[in-house]
Amino acid sequence: MENFTVQNTKDTRSGFGEGLLELGRKNPNVVALCADLTGSLKMNAFEDEFPERFFQTGIGEANMMGLAAGMTIGGKIPFTGTFANFSTGRVYDQIRQSIAYSGKNVKICASHAGLTLGEDGATHQILEDIGMMKMLPGMTVINPCDFNQTKAATIAIADHEGPVYLRFGRPKVENFTPVDQKFEIGKALHLITGTDVSIFATGHLVWKSIEAARALAEKGISAEVINIHTIKPLDAEAVIKSAQKTGCVVTAEEHMMNGGLGDSVAQVLARNCPTPLEMVAVNDTFGESGTPAELMTKYGIDTADVIAAAERAVARK
Amino acid sequence: MTDISKLKDLTTQVRRDIVRMVHAVNSGHPGGSLGCAEFFVALYNEVMDYDADTFNMDGKGEDLFFLSNGHISPVWYSVLARAGFFPIDELNTFRKLDSRLQGHPTTHEGLPGVRVASGSLGQGLSVAVGAAETKKLNGDDKLVFSLHGDGELQEGQIWEAAMYAAANKVDNIISTIDYNGRQIDGDLSDVLDLGNLRAKWEAFGWDVLEMNGNDMEDVLRGLADAKSRTGKGKPVMIIMATEMGNGVDFMMGSHKWHGVAPNDEQLADALSQNAETLGDY
Repeated sequence: MENFTVQNTKDTRSGFGEGLLELGRKNPNVVALCADLTGSLKMNAFEDEFPERFFQTGIGEANMMGLAAGMTIGGKIPFTGTFANFSTGRVYDQIRQSIAYSGKNVKICASHAGLTLGEDGATHQILEDIGMMKMLPGMTVINPCDFNQTKAATIAIADHEGPVYLRFGRPKVENFTPVDQKFEIGKALHLITGTDVSIFATGHLVWKSIEAARALAEKGISAEVINIHTIKPLDAEAVIKSAQKTGCVVTAEEHMMNGGLGDSVAQVLARNCPTPLEMVAVNDTFGESGTPAELMTKYGIDTADVIAAAERAVARK
Repeated sequence: MTDISKLKDLTTQVRRDIVRMVHAVNSGHPGGSLGCAEFFVALYNEVMDYDADTFNMDGKGEDLFFLSNGHISPVWYSVLARAGFFPIDELNTFRKLDSRLQGHPTTHEGLPGVRVASGSLGQGLSVAVGAAETKKLNGDDKLVFSLHGDGELQEGQIWEAAMYAAANKVDNIISTIDYNGRQIDGDLSDVLDLGNLRAKWEAFGWDVLEMNGNDMEDVLRGLADAKSRTGKGKPVMIIMATEMGNGVDFMMGSHKWHGVAPNDEQLADALSQNAETLGDY
């Protein structure tokens, strides 16, 4: 089985911060906006080095989205930064009309997504953001898995013309993908080759799926692990190819089951190659306060849940 | 030297376009459109610096305009067409299938002159302020104009943008409020009173002036005054008093023509009050 070296543990939001700083140095059209969460989003370095290109909006996310839309007129590439909840649910209509429908080149960068925000509780733990964003025509939706990948994705989306939703998180997690990797939007990454079950994972669940694949191997189940960092546009070809090979599928994500990666994969499978599918996702409930690890366990999106889902999927073949 | 009579002739023709467009599809918003005819005619024919033939999204080196209360699209479409942004005949397609002239303005179909979609209210001031910020970053000394409904000021985002623009000294923007005092459910003062509007904007840090939006001479004076106030550290706000339905007597003095189209007899009546000065589309 493929081996992955954990270089360190780092938060994906810091990958965003580093990527943004690098972008600032190489692309003078990149501007950044933040709604009073500069430290949380790790945007301080960009602010310090490029104060004239950093726009502090205060606690006014709706205005921030409109400002960003307007700033594209004249050639700027705005990156907005706030928590995932305030990047989507709070400003859905602003994104829909002023950014998505208007085809504006805005990069909506969203931290503290999902349950791993932790102790702040369900008010801030958005689990519906991928669903909301992927429903918008023309919106690209990306959820990278670790620090290195988040940095690479941040840099890559500046060269993509059109609105992007980039989702990342708060806690330190295993950083195992290559430093300075090239990030290709919409291209699934084959991490582990297997023959019995395909695990399509996104975000923090990618590492957990690697752990699950190791445990499954000990049980005699050969799991294929594919990192779906881009949920929209989905790499349907990679999904179909792997599903046809293994004959059963697991999806894994730190998101609501309704509207998440699992839904997108289910659509592809149902249309092209109906395959037994098990979804590891939060099942129609709000989160609560707790540590990230406690929450992942309680709400059924931990390594053990991926293992159990794979066993169920294999049993359904 | 401004030829007022030419501007007034164009305004009359724009009024005809508005009622004919709305009548043709039995839908649309004639009231607010008619009330803002002088403003649009003055803005696009005397005030703003732009090149309709080379319209592009970035608009560098040009004045920009954003319509935040997108439902008054008929007046904007008429003025844009007659300013050369697209063929006047295209006004025939308003609100019809496969048209670039959507019910509410959008960039989606690529209509020249439009730089953002509007319709869901309260968003246009943020967009206009953002465009003004980019002009500053680009060293572009042209101005950004925006128009907002008075009822639209009930949206909270307007005040987020107002606070931001003043705090950041965005002084290359001239926003205008169509203060007709009416909204869909009735008089603004009955639905949700705005209180002292001038004092509110002044308290938010804007340089505020007033003008009569239905008096062409006063519109020209007000817009020139507003221009002279830019570049002085404050965003500029024009509170523009208008009469909804202005120029068509039976549409004036009521909120009822906000979003209602005239029937055949009403159209004939409206047209009889506005002579065909420049040729119907």
